[in-house]
Amino acid sequence: MQSTRLIVFGRLLAISACAIAPIASWANDIAQFRVARGSVYLERSGQRLPARVGTHLQATDTVVTGADGSAGIAFVDNSLLSVGPNSVLAIERYAFNSTTHEGAFESSLRKGTLSVVSGKIAKQSPDAMKVKTPSSILGVRGTEFLVRSSD
Amino acid sequence: MRRYAALIASLVLGGCATPSQDLVVLLPDKEGKVGTVVVQGQKGKAVLNTAFASARTAPDGGVQRGTASQSEVKDVFGSALAAQPSRPISFILYFESGNDEFTEESKQEVKRLLAEMARRQAPDITVIGHTDQVGPDPSNDALSLQRAERVKSILAGMGIPAERILTAGRGRREPLIPTAEGISEPRNRRVEINVR
Repeated sequence: MQSTRLIVFGRLLAISACAIAPIASWANDIAQFRVARGSVYLERSGQRLPARVGTHLQATDTVVTGADGSAGIAFVDNSLLSVGPNSVLAIERYAFNSTTHEGAFESSLRKGTLSVVSGKIAKQSPDAMKVKTPSSILGVRGTEFLVRSSD
Repeated sequence: MRRYAALIASLVLGGCATPSQDLVVLLPDKEGKVGTVVVQGQKGKAVLNTAFASARTAPDGGVQRGTASQSEVKDVFGSALAAQPSRPISFILYFESGNDEFTEESKQEVKRLLAEMARRQAPDITVIGHTDQVGPDPSNDALSLQRAERVKSILAGMGIPAERILTAGRGRREPLIPTAEGISEPRNRRVEINVR
């Protein structure tokens, strides 16, 4: 009986979670690693997490690669970002409305190398995507470009 | 001997000074088209809008526009480029009118979709519903999302993990066949699937 109640309660939780899912899932599930070679990890709230193919990223995560590392990330708006060795890429802001394609995508390449193929956010709003380095800001109107950051 | 060591050291350090600049290079896309990137430095700005156009930050904060060679691109960015994820691929599905069955053609497309997903490691997908130009935005948004959700449950039933499937309702914002307002166009009532 107790367990039945728990199951019912669990289902209710699941249903209420579904009601807010369109917002919650977009907020939390912004991208996934599609490529992870050598030493690659994530910094999230002061913690270091290993990154593998299929690992989810959240807005405000930082991607770090070692001397032998490189990584490729696909975002839910189809933006593709990849970094070479000895790189630090901070996702500073990511918002994407999958109905209107409005959003904001700001990242910061603190060091290393980055390749970008912009996606639906930049296509919809020419000023919505920005890539920063310690000494410059890139306004992205599309579509494919490379950045090396001075460190 | 010491002099040589100092000379070598200065050469090495001098060689390092160049890579510490920012470098931005615009690439052509797979179809050969180029976009635009505006590089804003502390004291200058460069607009890149041709293939291999480059911008370098100067020590004084200025931005120098130039052209990068393909060999420089390969040397500096080879690893980053090699780590690029596969390009997302799009599939389009149609329902038989009046029921929940895919058309015969779309059943074949579903097979191609599953094959593409099998080819990729831990892929995630977005199922996007689209409508025709009949009716107002809010109802088309709701309708297109319903179609996407229906396809999500069909795909989940085929064994694709539900947590790897996102859904979106794009309403009538992206017609495949542009039509006037109020035109019922079956080719626009579709579900698109992006595989990443």
